Amino acid sequence: MKRHLISAADLSLDDAVAILDTAEELARLAERPIPKLPTLRGRTVVNLFYEDSTRTRISFEAAAKRLSADVINFSAKGSSVAKGESLKDTALTLQAMGADAVVIRHSASGAPHRLAGWVRGSVINAGDGTHEHPTQALLDAFTIRRRLGRLDGLKVAIVGDILHSRVARSNVWLLRTLGAEVTLVAPPTLVPVAVGTWPCSVSYDLSAVLPGSDVVMMLRVQHERMTDAYFPSVREYSRRYGLDTDRMALLPDHAIVMHPGPMNRGVEIAADVADSVRSTIVEQVTNGVSVRMAVLYLLLGGAPEAGGPQGRGSQEGRDGGERVLARAAAGHAAGRGTEAGL
Amino acid sequence: MAGVPEPAAARAAHPPGREGDSGRGSDSGSSSDGSRISDTDRLSGGSLRRPGKAVLGPDEIRRALARIGHEILERTDGASDVVLLGIPTRGVPLARRLSARLGQTEGLAVPVGSLDITLYRDDLRLRPARTLGHTEVPDWGIDGKIVILVDDVLYSGRTVRAALDALGDIGRPRAVQLAVLVDRGHRELPIRPDYVGKNLPTAKRESVRVLLTETDGEDLVTLTVSGEVTR
Repeated sequence: MKRHLISAADLSLDDAVAILDTAEELARLAERPIPKLPTLRGRTVVNLFYEDSTRTRISFEAAAKRLSADVINFSAKGSSVAKGESLKDTALTLQAMGADAVVIRHSASGAPHRLAGWVRGSVINAGDGTHEHPTQALLDAFTIRRRLGRLDGLKVAIVGDILHSRVARSNVWLLRTLGAEVTLVAPPTLVPVAVGTWPCSVSYDLSAVLPGSDVVMMLRVQHERMTDAYFPSVREYSRRYGLDTDRMALLPDHAIVMHPGPMNRGVEIAADVADSVRSTIVEQVTNGVSVRMAVLYLLLGGAPEAGGPQGRGSQEGRDGGERVLARAAAGHAAGRGTEAGL
Repeated sequence: MAGVPEPAAARAAHPPGREGDSGRGSDSGSSSDGSRISDTDRLSGGSLRRPGKAVLGPDEIRRALARIGHEILERTDGASDVVLLGIPTRGVPLARRLSARLGQTEGLAVPVGSLDITLYRDDLRLRPARTLGHTEVPDWGIDGKIVILVDDVLYSGRTVRAALDALGDIGRPRAVQLAVLVDRGHRELPIRPDYVGKNLPTAKRESVRVLLTETDGEDLVTLTVSGEVTR
């Protein structure tokens, strides 16, 4: 496997399926009396959070601890960042402390990519600006696969503030890789200009999309990122793009309702929809730990570099199964040619 | 594809994690076909043209398992509290066969499961991250039971060490025993098997390969001399 997880777009089908399958096994282990595994003993994972986060940080912390890694939490508030330290200097500090993986959330799109060039360990993107949030997309895909049994051929509607949503970007790429068809639904003002280059379709009419959807994913309206007026009023937004009980009735019987959280009940999703049996919102949180464990295991659980330690190349022929993985990983690395990806 | 030996150079630096089988931990399920084919290619090509000496054929494997079944009955007071846990990949079909045999001869329903040890290995850092195998413990658990671990080849003992750690996180069995189809020696830990299909004296540079119908299409154990190892 490659060293970093920066963008869901970097994941090949094999990578993505490997993560989901690993997460499936790890989820089963979580049901045991002792859910802790010794796998990452002695490894250090730093949670580097420049933006507020509850569930993602806690989820990564729980995942790392279940694998017996040491976790160092760093939040920008009350740290030397408040004194003006740059990202690079912080990165070098972490490097000096021997971090094996850095989980970073940053308000600037591309910060994890920059960080990957500065530190020796793995970089895991936990949300950068309006760019990507790959582990959220992975846990969404995992939740869909658990609920509906497959991803290939499913129709997924992603509804709401697409413009500011890193969750939407990551999901569009990952779900496309996994064979699902994505439709973005939003007011025209909240659809990014470059959406034509994304592998998905766009609609402005939620009620028309719902009857043909297997999954509907509601996104939060990110007021904190909105510098302009993107819609006349919250009430009007809610009327046209919110999911209430009446709209939910338009969905096919098997369809599920997802939300990455945090929710604004009464804005993009009605309270009784969020609490309905179709809603997977609580499951998504549980699944997040398993998926993040899988990512940490696949990035940190093996040899530091893809292909194993130096000098083993001539001997790799002895081990077929391992070689398949190593070859797959090497192939992906060669195909992509960047440090990004898993 | 059991029993490809650790190359001497690698062995000197890092002891193997799985006895006599450096690949199984990662070839769970889907990749076993590919790995087996490539392994065969390697064995039949290059410096090594011998296909390997057959050590056990289908009948001998069947008889060995039958004997192990009888020994289990004798040593566990009729196997009433026994849980058989196979270690993926090839320990699992062996455990199933033992359970089926006890069912046929004694009418016992001996619970059978699988115990993946990947996450407990002591050599994880030596190779790229491995695909996880499947762990499935019978519903009523292992507390107070006699757990018999089943594997194809016993070599360094490190797999069994990892399996004992994994068991400790699942429950507290009354006793743990070990059944292997082939014991090829060269233990690196104080571990011994309770039931052995065949004791096979080997050199470290030799490979023991176990093929089973369920995973490989045929029942066969072969011994190969790896010609590549130079020390």
